[in-house]
Amino acid sequence: MRTSLVVLAVAGALIMSTALTPAYAQARTDVRVGLVLEPPNLDPTAGAAAAIDEVVYANIFEGLTRFDANGAIIPALAESWEISGDGLTYTFHLHSGVKFHDGTGFDAEDVKFSFDRARAEGSVNAQKALFADIASVDAVDPRTVRITLSRPNGNFLFNLAWGDAVIVAPESAETNATKPVGTGPFAFIEWQQGDHVDIARNPDYWGTPVRLEKATFKFIGDPTAAFAAMMAEDLDVFPNFAAPETLSQFASDPRFEVVVGSTEGETILAMNNSKPPLDNPKVREAIAHAIDRQAIIDGAMFGYGTPIGTHFAPHHPDYVDLTAISGYDPEKSKALLAEAGITDLTLSLKLPPVEGYARRGGEIIAQQLAAIGIKTETTNLEWAQWLEQVFTGRDFDLTIVSHTEPLDIGIYARGDYYFQYKSEAFNQIMADLGNETGPAERSELFKAAQTRIAEDFANGFLFQLAKAGVQNAKLKGMWVNAPTQATDLTGVYWEE
Amino acid sequence: MFPFLLNRLVSLALSLLAASIVIFFVLEVVPGDPAAFMLGMNASPDTVAALRHQLGLDAPLLERYFYWLFGLFRGEFGISYTYRVPVAQLVGDRLWISLPLAIYALALSTLIAFPVGILAAARRNSAADVSIMGITQLGVAIPNFWLAMLLVLAFSIGLRWFSAGGFPGWNAGFLEGMKALTLPAVALALPQASILARVMRSSLLDTLSEDYIRSARAKGLTRRQTLWRHALRNALIPVLTIIGLQFSFLLAGAIIIENVFFLPGLGRLVFQGITQRDLIVVKSVVMILVFAVILVTFLVDMTYALVDPRLRRQA
Repeated sequence: MRTSLVVLAVAGALIMSTALTPAYAQARTDVRVGLVLEPPNLDPTAGAAAAIDEVVYANIFEGLTRFDANGAIIPALAESWEISGDGLTYTFHLHSGVKFHDGTGFDAEDVKFSFDRARAEGSVNAQKALFADIASVDAVDPRTVRITLSRPNGNFLFNLAWGDAVIVAPESAETNATKPVGTGPFAFIEWQQGDHVDIARNPDYWGTPVRLEKATFKFIGDPTAAFAAMMAEDLDVFPNFAAPETLSQFASDPRFEVVVGSTEGETILAMNNSKPPLDNPKVREAIAHAIDRQAIIDGAMFGYGTPIGTHFAPHHPDYVDLTAISGYDPEKSKALLAEAGITDLTLSLKLPPVEGYARRGGEIIAQQLAAIGIKTETTNLEWAQWLEQVFTGRDFDLTIVSHTEPLDIGIYARGDYYFQYKSEAFNQIMADLGNETGPAERSELFKAAQTRIAEDFANGFLFQLAKAGVQNAKLKGMWVNAPTQATDLTGVYWEE
Repeated sequence: MFPFLLNRLVSLALSLLAASIVIFFVLEVVPGDPAAFMLGMNASPDTVAALRHQLGLDAPLLERYFYWLFGLFRGEFGISYTYRVPVAQLVGDRLWISLPLAIYALALSTLIAFPVGILAAARRNSAADVSIMGITQLGVAIPNFWLAMLLVLAFSIGLRWFSAGGFPGWNAGFLEGMKALTLPAVALALPQASILARVMRSSLLDTLSEDYIRSARAKGLTRRQTLWRHALRNALIPVLTIIGLQFSFLLAGAIIIENVFFLPGLGRLVFQGITQRDLIVVKSVVMILVFAVILVTFLVDMTYALVDPRLRRQA
C-alpha cells in the first residue's frame, strides 16, 4: 500500500510539472459547446427534456421539415410537398440517397414507422398531441409519403419540425436513447455520462456537408464552473450562459463575444384561474397592474428580456404589443381590489428551481404585490415537486414559469391545463385557427387570440426569456435566437 | 481469528439488510413522479401512464422492493429511469473517477500530514511547530470548495496549466486522467491533511509522555530513536481511524468538489438522480456507499490488529 501511494504521488507531481496548454495554428475544425443540463437520454421522441434537442436537433436527427435560425419552417428530409385543397392530405416527396448513420437506407417506410410509433396507444412521446390529427400515413412509393388528417390543421408543417417528430429507423429506434442513429450531418461517437457527448461529421450526408469535423458537448451545471471553463478557454461557446451577472466581463474581453437573442420562452406569473378569489377577473387584473415588468427584468435577469403583454413571442410576425392593457399602475390595482371587496388577501407563490426568473423574480413580485396589500407565502420547490403540486395537483395560487415551447398559445384552450383558464370565445378562435390555412386569416386569428387572453388577464405576462450566450470571437454561424431549443451546428465554422 | 471474522461478517450482512429497507422505503415517500418529470409540461396523462408502466412503476411496493433486493444479490441494480442504461454500468463508470480521486486525495493528504505532524511533535513549541499549528488551523477552517475556486483562478484561468474541470476519460491516457484529477485532489487533500497532521501531532505527543518512552530514554536511546522505534507505531491507531473516516468521506462526500470541477463522479450522480427523481439510481448508489463505508470500517478494524498485537490476541 505504502509504495503504491508513493507512486501515485510521484505521478501527480510529474503531471503538475508537465502541464501544457494546446496551441492552435490554423482554422480549427472542432468546437466545444457548453450546455447547462445533461440530456437524460438522446432520443428526442421519448422525453420532454430540452437538453435532448440541444444536442441532437438538426445535428444527428432530422424530420421532414425543420426550423431555420429565424424560426421559419424549411424543408429537411422532405424535398417538397403538396397540400390538397381541403387541407386534409399532405403529400411529401423525400430526398433520395439518404442513409441512416448505421448504413441502412431511408425511405417512405421509415417515415410511416416513425409517425405510427409516435401516435400509437402505448407511445411515450412527450408531444403526442402534435400527431393527434393524423388519420393515416401511407408509403405511396419509396420516395413519396401521403399523410391524411382527420381535420385540417394549419400548424401541421410546423408540428413536423419539432424535435419530437424526427424520423427514426425501425432497426435503431429502441436503442436511440443511448446510441442515437439518425440521418443528420453529424453522427454520434460517444457519450461519457456526466461529462460530454462527442459527435463527428457524417461523411455520407445527403445534403451540404458541414464544415466542422468534430463537436463536443460538455455539461456544466454550476454557473461558477461555467464561467471558469469559458475564461480558461476549455470551451468555445456557451449558448445559454447561466451567469448573466458575468456577461459584462466577457463583453469587455476581446477574446469573447456576447450574443444576446430571443427565445420561445414566455415567462408568466401563472394564476390559478379556478380558485377563489383568483376566479374573479378583477382580482387577476389587480395583480396584473401591480407588476412592474422592467423592474423584474432588471432585478432578476440583469436587464436581459423583452416585456410581453400576452402569451406570444415578440419576434413572431403576428405578435401584438399588448403590454399597455396590463401596464404598471398600483393605484388602479388597489381600486380594483376594493371594488372586488378584497381586504386581507394572502396567496401562495410556488417557485420552481430556476435561479433567475423564478427565485429572484419571485422575491421582486412578492414585494410588488405587498405594495398593493396582497401578502404572499413563497415556497421553493424542486422540479419534480413543482410538477406534482402545481402542474398536476393544481395546489397553488401563483407560480412563475417560462413556457419554452414554440407557438404554444393553444395551451389556453386546454381548460384543464394547470392555470385552468376557461373561455368559450378563446376556444372558438383556436378551433377556427385549426381549420384555417390562409396566411392572412391565420394572422388575424393569432392576433385575436393574443388579445383575448390579455383582456381576460388569464395570467400575469412578464417577459420573453432572452438567450444570452458567450462565444469565442472567432467562432461564426451559431444561432442568435432560439426558435426551438437546439444547438444547430450545421452552419458553424471558424474564422481564420 | 475465525469466529471473530464470522461474527463481523454476520453483523455486516444485517447492517446491509437494515440499510436496504430504510433506503428503499424512505425514498418511496419522496414526492415527485419520475415519469411525469421526464415527460414535462405538454404530456397527456395517458402518455405518463404508458411510461410508468414501461418503467415498472405501477407494480406494488413490496414486489418492487423484493425485486430490487434480489437484483442486488445478483449484482443487478436495475435500469436507470432517465438514462435507460443499467445502473451498474453508470456506477461503474463513475467509480472509475471517484475511487482514483479519493485515493489520490488520501495519498496527498497522508504524504503531507505524516512528515508535518511528526516534525511538529518532535520539535514541540519550536518556531516550526507554532507555524505548522497556525497553518493547519487555517487549513481546517478553509472550506474545500473555496480553495477549489482559488485553485481554478490561479492554475486554470491565470496560468492555464490545467483545465478548469471536466474529465477526458481514462481512454485519453493515464496521465491526462491524473492531470484532470490533480486540482480536485489538491482541493480535497489540503483541508484533510491539516486535520490529519494535527491528529498525528497530538497523538504522538500523548505517546511521548508515556512511561515506556521514559524507560526507553533511560535505557540510553536518543530522542530520535525513541520516536521512530517506540512512539510512532503506538501513535498510529487514532491516525488510522481518521484516515478510514476520511476515505469514506472522500468517496461519498466529494460532491461539492465534483460540482465545482464538473467531474462526473458518484456524488454528482446521486445529486442528479435526486433532482430528476431517478430513484433507482439513488437507491442503488446509496446502498453501494453504505457497503463501502461498512467495508472500510471493517478493514480499519483489521489494520488495528496489525498495528497492535494485543488486539489480535483479544480477538
